[in-house]
Amino acid sequence: PYLCEERRVRANDREYNEKFQYASNCIMTSKYNIITFLPVNLFEQFQEVANTYFLFLLILQLIPQISSLSWFTTIVPLALVLTITAVKDATDDYFRHKSDNQVNNRQSQVLIRGLLQNEKWMNVRVGDIIKLENNQFVAADLLLLSSSEPHGLCYIETAELDGETNMKVRQSVSVTSELGDQNNLSSFNGEVVCEPPNNKLDRFCGTLYWRDKKYTLTNQNMLLRGCVLRNTEACYGLVIFAGPDTKLMQNSGRTKFKRTSIDRLMNTLVLWIFGFLVCMGVILAIGNAVWEREVGSLFQSYLPWDPPVDNFLFNAFLSFWSYVIILNTVVPISLYVSVEVIRLGHSYFINWDQHMFCSQCNTAAEARTTTLNEELGQVEYIFSDKTGTLTQNIMSFNKCSINGQTFGKYPLGPQPKRLDFTPFNPLADLDFCFYDDTLLESVKVGDLHTQEFFRLLSLCHTVMSEEKSEGELVYKAQSPDEGALVTAARNFGFVFRSRTPGTISTTEMGRPATYTLLAILDFNNIRKRMSVIVRNAEGRIRLYCKGADTVLLERLHPCNQELTNITSDHLNEYAADGLRTLALAYRDLTEDEWEAWSESHRCADKATDCREDRLAAAYEQIEQDMMLLGATAIEDKLQEGVPETIAVLSLANIKIWVLTGDKQETAVNIGYSCKMLTDDMTEVFIISGHTVQSVRQELRSVSLTGRTAACPPSSWSTLPCPPPPPPPPPPPPSNLMDNISGEFALIINGHSLAHALEADMETEFLSTACACKAVICCRVTPLQKAQVVELIKKHKKAVTLAIGDGANDVSMIKSAHIGVGISGQEGIQAVLASDYSFSQFRFLQRLLLVHGRWSYLRMCRFLCYFFYKNFAFTMVHFWFGFFCGFSAQTVYDQYFITLYNIVYTSLPVLAMGIFDQDVPDHRSLEYPKLYEPGQLNLLFNKKEFFICIAQGIYTSVVLFFVPYAVLSDASQSNGVPLADYQTFAVTTATALVIVVSVQIALDTGFWTVINHVCVWGSLGSYFTIMFALHSQSLFRIFPNQFHFVGSAQSTLLQPVVWLTIALATAICIVPVLAFRFLKLDLKPQLSDTVRYTQLVRQKKRKPGRLGARGGSRRSGYAFAHQEGFGELITSGKNMRLSSMALASFASRHSSGWIDTLRRKKHTSAQHLGGVQSSTQLCLWVSSSTLKLLLCSGRLTRYTY
Amino acid sequence: MASSYNAKEEDGHHSGAPAHGGAAAAAAKSKKPDNTAFKQQRLPAWQPILTAGTVLPAFFVIGLIFIPIGIGLFVTSNNIREFEVTATPTRDTSNVFMYYGLSNFYQNHRRYVKSRDDSQLYGDRSALTNPSKECEPYRMSDGQAIAPCGAIANSLFNDTLELYHIDSNGTRNTIPLVKKGIAWWTDKHVKFRNPGGNNNLTAAFRGTSKPVNWRKPVYDLDPSDPDNNGFINEDFIVWMRTAALPTFRKLYRIIQKKAVTTPTLPSGRYVLNISYNYPVLSFDGRKRMILSTISWMGGKNPFLGIAYITVGSICFFLGVVLLIIHHKYDTRNNSADIPN
Repeated sequence: PYLCEERRVRANDREYNEKFQYASNCIMTSKYNIITFLPVNLFEQFQEVANTYFLFLLILQLIPQISSLSWFTTIVPLALVLTITAVKDATDDYFRHKSDNQVNNRQSQVLIRGLLQNEKWMNVRVGDIIKLENNQFVAADLLLLSSSEPHGLCYIETAELDGETNMKVRQSVSVTSELGDQNNLSSFNGEVVCEPPNNKLDRFCGTLYWRDKKYTLTNQNMLLRGCVLRNTEACYGLVIFAGPDTKLMQNSGRTKFKRTSIDRLMNTLVLWIFGFLVCMGVILAIGNAVWEREVGSLFQSYLPWDPPVDNFLFNAFLSFWSYVIILNTVVPISLYVSVEVIRLGHSYFINWDQHMFCSQCNTAAEARTTTLNEELGQVEYIFSDKTGTLTQNIMSFNKCSINGQTFGKYPLGPQPKRLDFTPFNPLADLDFCFYDDTLLESVKVGDLHTQEFFRLLSLCHTVMSEEKSEGELVYKAQSPDEGALVTAARNFGFVFRSRTPGTISTTEMGRPATYTLLAILDFNNIRKRMSVIVRNAEGRIRLYCKGADTVLLERLHPCNQELTNITSDHLNEYAADGLRTLALAYRDLTEDEWEAWSESHRCADKATDCREDRLAAAYEQIEQDMMLLGATAIEDKLQEGVPETIAVLSLANIKIWVLTGDKQETAVNIGYSCKMLTDDMTEVFIISGHTVQSVRQELRSVSLTGRTAACPPSSWSTLPCPPPPPPPPPPPPSNLMDNISGEFALIINGHSLAHALEADMETEFLSTACACKAVICCRVTPLQKAQVVELIKKHKKAVTLAIGDGANDVSMIKSAHIGVGISGQEGIQAVLASDYSFSQFRFLQRLLLVHGRWSYLRMCRFLCYFFYKNFAFTMVHFWFGFFCGFSAQTVYDQYFITLYNIVYTSLPVLAMGIFDQDVPDHRSLEYPKLYEPGQLNLLFNKKEFFICIAQGIYTSVVLFFVPYAVLSDASQSNGVPLADYQTFAVTTATALVIVVSVQIALDTGFWTVINHVCVWGSLGSYFTIMFALHSQSLFRIFPNQFHFVGSAQSTLLQPVVWLTIALATAICIVPVLAFRFLKLDLKPQLSDTVRYTQLVRQKKRKPGRLGARGGSRRSGYAFAHQEGFGELITSGKNMRLSSMALASFASRHSSGWIDTLRRKKHTSAQHLGGVQSSTQLCLWVSSSTLKLLLCSGRLTRYTY
Repeated sequence: MASSYNAKEEDGHHSGAPAHGGAAAAAAKSKKPDNTAFKQQRLPAWQPILTAGTVLPAFFVIGLIFIPIGIGLFVTSNNIREFEVTATPTRDTSNVFMYYGLSNFYQNHRRYVKSRDDSQLYGDRSALTNPSKECEPYRMSDGQAIAPCGAIANSLFNDTLELYHIDSNGTRNTIPLVKKGIAWWTDKHVKFRNPGGNNNLTAAFRGTSKPVNWRKPVYDLDPSDPDNNGFINEDFIVWMRTAALPTFRKLYRIIQKKAVTTPTLPSGRYVLNISYNYPVLSFDGRKRMILSTISWMGGKNPFLGIAYITVGSICFFLGVVLLIIHHKYDTRNNSADIPN
């Protein structure tokens, strides 16, 4: 019985599973195949309104009474457009086919009838058991059955799935983990009943029925497609979901089609033009009715009405449609294609830009969406992720203070020499960089404090090591900070080699040493410290502790006072440099003390209620009276050029919001180091309330402070953390926030953000946030990131850009107008969802200020000119209507009408749209203000559109009436009158082509060879093609198609014709020239910009402020967001069962550590906002002038 | 979408401690974009800007060119003599061209313009007996194809004009009117051709019928001159070249100059004899007869000269105004470094 609510899978039973017809593991992202391509693609294309419209016109043209133009005038451009689009679609689909094939043809080992067979991925079925090996991709969503590791554990990396690079642990159900080898597995016939496919990555619920028993299955037992197996030799899994049913595929929903604001404007304008077209059609039809009644009816002796048309009204009705056909060129079909071509060109320029190529990771920038380029020139809000985007997520051991002495000065000079550790220490990590050789000397001479310092670093951590061959150590750390510290110790001679649940083996200054690990007092966000208690070879027991200085310095023995003061100064110094600091201390324990504490710890550990609190109390008890060893400073390395980029972007009036899942303090720390937050700011507001009420109050107090901010910079202590200040009076309408003075920054926590984003508070939040110069949202969920973006999109009508690198940024990347993915170290989910990708945050300034700006400029100029040239072209028919009885007679030859848009005038404007530059790239970076016209939408808007239209109509008037006035009475030099239709047509057409060519020449600001070729080539092609079409030979073959035989020659040989053309050109161009000159002369667009940049430069050069204030200390016990592997280590679960002793040790803790871990994570997360902020805020908010100087120094250099 | 994650598979994902991917990186080709001027958008380019130094002289130059041309045109045009029906001929020694003019006649109406069959006029035999549908309703008559078909041909202008000079004795002297050389060369020699050559037109047009309004068939248009008969009759060709505007004139005859010294049309009294066949009153049309001489620039055309003078003057004037404005309100000199 098949229920769609659940899925039943029986292992090793293909027949049974086939009944349900589950999706196979073959994925198909392509849309067409060879047979379906043509019909499906055409069907899709004709769903576009524009294409259908032209098809409709084509049908109209087939009616002889209506047809004012030959059918080919429409079908040629339409076919061209359809072909170009089809080719593009086909290419895209080809690549999709290719990548589908590649994935589908990957090999995986499937257990069939007890034997492992290689199968392609696409042939894997639901219910199969497959074997995975280390570093392999998981082929489908699997239920983990057994693993080569003890306890059915296996490690996976989920970067592709959720962007997190740290490893995760999965464990199989205990009954299946015992199955072990293939023989047992092939006879396994358990049945899984579980939920139907869904896209929830962190949830799975199902039941395994086997041997009449039920076992509950959770996400902890699942290996999802897209994960990579790590640190696990092999494992076996049962395929539960395959192909399109997998969570990965369920999550990769179709991306929303993004449109730019120019697109939307263009669509509106096209609708207006349609309206205009209909109006003109109506006017001319009315004219036709009047004419046919007054004149046409009398003229019937020479020109009778067509037999089916017997009255003037019907005539007028037909004439309406005829005019719709000939006037439809005001919205030429080539508009959309040309726009796409230009955007494609711009995308290639982005792909080709060497300045956006990162040589380290060998990746060039990539425009993944080719339709958004000009919107890059209009961005007002940037939403940035922190980790991996602003920072490299690489921690480097930078400085340290040992026993009151500071080490790690960065030597001056162009090429500072890196310390070479290898002669001293063969186990050193070659990637480690350190420049201060005094520290190395100090270790070498055997300074006790220094040695103890590094011994602590080599012992007090939860890093796990892997030694593949002798000396080749690989550390696996929960947080990069820890890795950096242990690596530092390694290089300075204290090498952590391996650990067992009860021991730590190191090599100290070349001698192996083993410590008995008595206890790990693990890190959590409340304690902000971790300790280990070890017994050394001599039997001495010592507690080593490292932690945030705020908590650690309080717990020192009083005799440390002097050292504490010195170290504190050092810590301040480090913090001012934007480094993350840790204080280190130790305490000697006597055997008795240890025994006593050990007992109390055991009690706490066994307690069933309040275990957490009791443990914490026990830890607290022993971490007292410690002796200070020193402090470390770790640099959370910013990506290259981040502060400069942020500075330049904010000069371009782009607001940058950082949205990060990170802790508040880390986020703020980075905020300072990348210069978003500065000590010059009037105030930095923190919103971290947990309830709707408190958040509202905090927001209101911010607006109050904002409005009264004329007073001197207020002290940091007013920061509104819990307890909340007394309720302020209800605030007046919040838009007052717009005119506040001073610079503010807003930091808001995830849980507060949840309240702030509720419907009744969002406007309040928005106005507050927008009044602030910098906004940092920390601890936000991926969904909230998207919500913030949506909020701005909804209320601000501004173009938003989201930049991130992890899967947690995907939602915001998708919801922002433009999504940028950093193709860096984390997975490539973000890149896949993004519209643009590159590998360094700093490329953003080039993408926006250079490419975006150019694209916008080019697109605007293109559109202006395009509408102009088509109005100039088409409106001539309108005027002619008044002289030809409103009969929808065209002014030009039908071939000219066909070719005007696609040959004679297409290339010059395309060349301009692709290559034009107003200022060179370095200038746009130098004067970020040049970016502003895009944000304000100045270059192409409704006003500009009307100006273009007006100019086009003016041109059409000139182009019709000047030849009219000249030619009506003129004659050739042999007496033949010039006022025949064909001469008139050739004269007008030639004048038109020349006028629009002169106009494009005026519009083009950057004449490359290509522009020259296009402009001159178009003119040349016009004359060549015209002479060819009017030639005798063509006429002789098709006398009925080429009526204009001889016209070109006979017309263009007449001096009067050329005088007419020159006159018309002068009348069209002179006013434009005068107007442009006046505008440039009286209201130059760039002067403001130049003046402003001059000002900024001077400001930057201003000396002073050096060392005026100490930096705000931003201690970051920046271990990961969660606990380390501490419990896993002591439980021994991750260790190989090499000996029975260990086995018995492990079995004591055999169950439920994962549950404990999760529970802890949960509680600590809840504590985090409130408690942390209260202790930390006052510290980090003060200044970091040194850093500022550093940045401005760089800036000055940067902008020369 | 999902498929793309394979892209990085070979590179190996780094997790935890950094792994050395040196070998792999060396093997991988550099994806660095080419450093060409085109790809880096550094093509050498001419970047013109509108400055006072370029725009103002341009205005003056346009003015200086246009005004003399305008004056020249104006003078030339004034030297041309053009006379309508009640004209007094001149002492001009050049050819005099005789036009007929029609007004309110819509030769440019869409249905009119397309109502012809160029294949038939080109002498195509099949089109002769089976003309294009465009010719409706002047396509068939009494079951026979009309040649030439269509509304244009049907409405052929068929007044005849004769000009007499009354000499001092009061006798009428017929002024010889040349009826050839009035059509475009390509029309006469390429576009229009009689079916089966020019011999025995009657036979060639057998099986066709004359246009409804015509009095005589096409092969009797000018029986005296086989080179001007049938489709290649020049009066017919001239009519078939439709006018662009509802008021138009068409070349009718040429009065050849006699000698260098004697005027083509000496002063005196003239009589214009019109055999009135062509009805225009029904549609409120008018007929005219024009005599005109011709210069290098064609016929009399006062508009062009005046327009040139006007445009030239405006340019000149604009130049002056802009110069003044530029000197008075120039703001650009303040900001020295506008990028250029």
